[in-house]
Amino acid sequence: MEVGQMQRRLVDYTKSLFMEGFLDAQFLQLQQLQDESNPDFVVEVVSLFFDDSEKLLNDLTMALDQPNVDFKKVDAHVHQLKGSSSSIGAQRVKNACIAFRSFCEEQNIDATLRCLQQVKQEYYLVKNKLETMLRLEQQIVAAGGSIPMIELGF
Amino acid sequence: MDSCNCIEPQRPPDDLLMKYQYISDFFIALAYFSIPLELIYFVKKSAVFPYRWVLVQFGAFIVLCGATHLINLWTFTMHTRTVAMVMTTAKVFTAVVSCATALMLVHIIPDLLSVKTRELFLKNKAAELDREMGLIRTQEETGRHVRMLTHEIRSTLDRHTILKTTLVELGRTLALEECALWMPTRTGLELQLSYTLRQQNPVGYTVPIHLPVINQVFSSSHAVKISPKCPVALIRPAGKYMPGEVVAVRVPLLHLSNFQINDWPELSTKRYALMVLMLPSDSARQWHVHELELVEVVADQVAVALSHAAILEESMRARDLLMEQNVALDLARREAETAIRARNDFLAVMNHEMRTPMHAIIALSSLLQETELTPEQRLMVETILKSSNLLSTLINDVLDLSRLEDGSLQLDLGTFNLFAVFREVLNLIKPIASVKKLHVSLNLAPDLPEYAIGDEKRLMQTILNVVGNAVKFSKEGSISITAFFAKSELLRDSRTPEFFPVPSDNHFYLRVQVKDSGVGISPQDIPKLFTKFAQTQSTATRNSGGSGLGLAICKRFVNLMEGHIWIESEGLGKGCTAIFMVKLGIPERLNEPKLPFMPKVPTNHGPTAFPGLKVLVMDENGVSRMVTKGLLVHLGCDVTMVSSSEECLRVVSHEHKVVFMDVCVPGMDGYEVAIRINEKFTKRHERPIIVALTGNTDKVTKENCMRVGMDGIILKPVSLDKMRSVLSDLLEHRVLFEAI
Repeated sequence: MEVGQMQRRLVDYTKSLFMEGFLDAQFLQLQQLQDESNPDFVVEVVSLFFDDSEKLLNDLTMALDQPNVDFKKVDAHVHQLKGSSSSIGAQRVKNACIAFRSFCEEQNIDATLRCLQQVKQEYYLVKNKLETMLRLEQQIVAAGGSIPMIELGF
Repeated sequence: MDSCNCIEPQRPPDDLLMKYQYISDFFIALAYFSIPLELIYFVKKSAVFPYRWVLVQFGAFIVLCGATHLINLWTFTMHTRTVAMVMTTAKVFTAVVSCATALMLVHIIPDLLSVKTRELFLKNKAAELDREMGLIRTQEETGRHVRMLTHEIRSTLDRHTILKTTLVELGRTLALEECALWMPTRTGLELQLSYTLRQQNPVGYTVPIHLPVINQVFSSSHAVKISPKCPVALIRPAGKYMPGEVVAVRVPLLHLSNFQINDWPELSTKRYALMVLMLPSDSARQWHVHELELVEVVADQVAVALSHAAILEESMRARDLLMEQNVALDLARREAETAIRARNDFLAVMNHEMRTPMHAIIALSSLLQETELTPEQRLMVETILKSSNLLSTLINDVLDLSRLEDGSLQLDLGTFNLFAVFREVLNLIKPIASVKKLHVSLNLAPDLPEYAIGDEKRLMQTILNVVGNAVKFSKEGSISITAFFAKSELLRDSRTPEFFPVPSDNHFYLRVQVKDSGVGISPQDIPKLFTKFAQTQSTATRNSGGSGLGLAICKRFVNLMEGHIWIESEGLGKGCTAIFMVKLGIPERLNEPKLPFMPKVPTNHGPTAFPGLKVLVMDENGVSRMVTKGLLVHLGCDVTMVSSSEECLRVVSHEHKVVFMDVCVPGMDGYEVAIRINEKFTKRHERPIIVALTGNTDKVTKENCMRVGMDGIILKPVSLDKMRSVLSDLLEHRVLFEAI
């Protein structure tokens, strides 16, 4: 596939991510921060997000597995996750975290478990999408092209 | 015809006699004819001869006489009747004219004589005028010499130059042989030869002052001729000649105090110098009157010039003295400053040295209190704790007070939340008040601005002290704290006549009243309240402890804030009211367009990059930390990242201009860090700007942030533009209270 076609595919894909609400404007900000002095910024941040979130989700699972659930700790973790996801622009994950936190305050175990599932699901979705997008970008760069800037109409 | 008509004269007997008569008549006639010719000739030459008519007459007379004599020539011999007729006619005419002339001359000769007299008179007059002219010229020359001398004398203010010049010029003008000046010695009993004209180095001749000759000179204001043999004149090398005339004149030596306008110089001077002038020997010159006058005038001028020189010398001396004194004062001032600095250093060091063991004592005693103790032991520990707390307070107070005393304390001005200060005081005082079952109420006037500019820490200290006193001295009842925005009518209080508040646009006066229902104070004790170390002696207060410095310090703080503090009480047992007013700045109305709340859309974005700006980012969340770092790096900042509060406190330094800290994670003490940072950097300009990054900006978070002294809040997530504008605004204004 030649470069122009790949670029068009990337643009369409990215646009679809925004349309479907997986990513919000914060992600654009991140892309703006990437320049010649910092060429892999987005990749680094995204990788860090993945690692952080994996760890947090594991901790959450373990915390909610306890007989006496320490909601404070759970809240702390969810707070972290919410922070990370909002920093990167993973909108749906963030929203799921917000819901999670409110249930934590209520100390509702069932609801929190459900929320955990929800968050995990959203997280894996966005992870998948982001990995695809990044792979596309790498292919374009390897083929000698440049990554097009996304103009959002909204 | 024998009878001839010729008349026969008498025949002279002598022929010789006839001949002589003939010749004489001829010459007479000649003379008679030539005289008028001469007369005419000479008169024609001269222009001024006034009597022409007389001349004509005289001429006619002479001519006729001449004619007569001429005709006489013919009558010696036989002559005809015609000749006789002619002769007769001539004679008759001559007779007429001569009589007329004689008559005329009677009138004229006196006139002519008087002309002569007049001529003589005029000649005399001319001679007299010539003499007078000579006199005037001489006087004028004298005047010129005097002026020149005066000019020379007055052109310098140096005493020696004046005198030397005088002598030189006088010598030159009057062609003197020697000119000398004798000055009175310090004792006033002798005259010492000070300056001479010819001798370069006058040896110290002295002459007693009370010689009759000298007295004579001193008592007259004119120049006096003295004998060449008197001691003051004996300064020439002796020789075989006739010494010239000598004149001496007194020179009054005037003092500053002697200048009275009416008595100058006769009555006001006591000391004179003597000037002696000698004409050249063997010159037979005499002292002329105008020369004497010249000498007198010069002597007076010299007196004035000398007094000017004396005044100048005095003022120079005074100036030198002042300069010396200035130097000495400067040195003393510097020494005093060094002493103050040394004292302050000593105090600071001692303070620190004293505080460290104090803290150890207090901390360890508190810890000891927590352990198992017998009641006596507990009592002892409590006493130790109380005493050491007291001592610690005392140390603080003394250091503060000493700094306040010598004015080295300066207010730390900044914008702060006034309401927060009052709330803080309330929070601090509530526990103690509730233990004593006192009810504390706070009333803030509605027109009081929320933000003010002033020294927050010291204002809080003052309010706390006043309220603390109220609580301390009340056993029961209630304490009410009210704060107003003082209007101008209230500002001028009759009870505080020495307080002159000046209302202005940028400032307002905060008036705080703390009323308690405690033991009260008797009126005579009120003035002593604010003096250091003085305490009222009632039994209630003796148990309350305290060093008595609190109110003194408050008063000094209040004074620094250009305000006034006073206490009113109706008497013992009737409670008392403490009132103070301080001047605070109003943030909105200052000249810089600084608002406590940033507008939602800032109008200028400022610089788009902040090269090298050192920034510290504290965030536990790795991802958001990385994103913030990326933002700041993109803007060119030099970012240091820390992930915990301990690390933050360790790393933060005065090089970091801004500190971003995440405060929204529960359980993390971002506020604590802010407080610690505030403590660590006491000077406002060294302290980094602290900005809170938070996910929620509800009121509680905002209040907490402001309470701990943060400079702003930003809502996460932060966009690039937002970060850029925030940084530029922060760096410009140093305050940013909300950025959504």
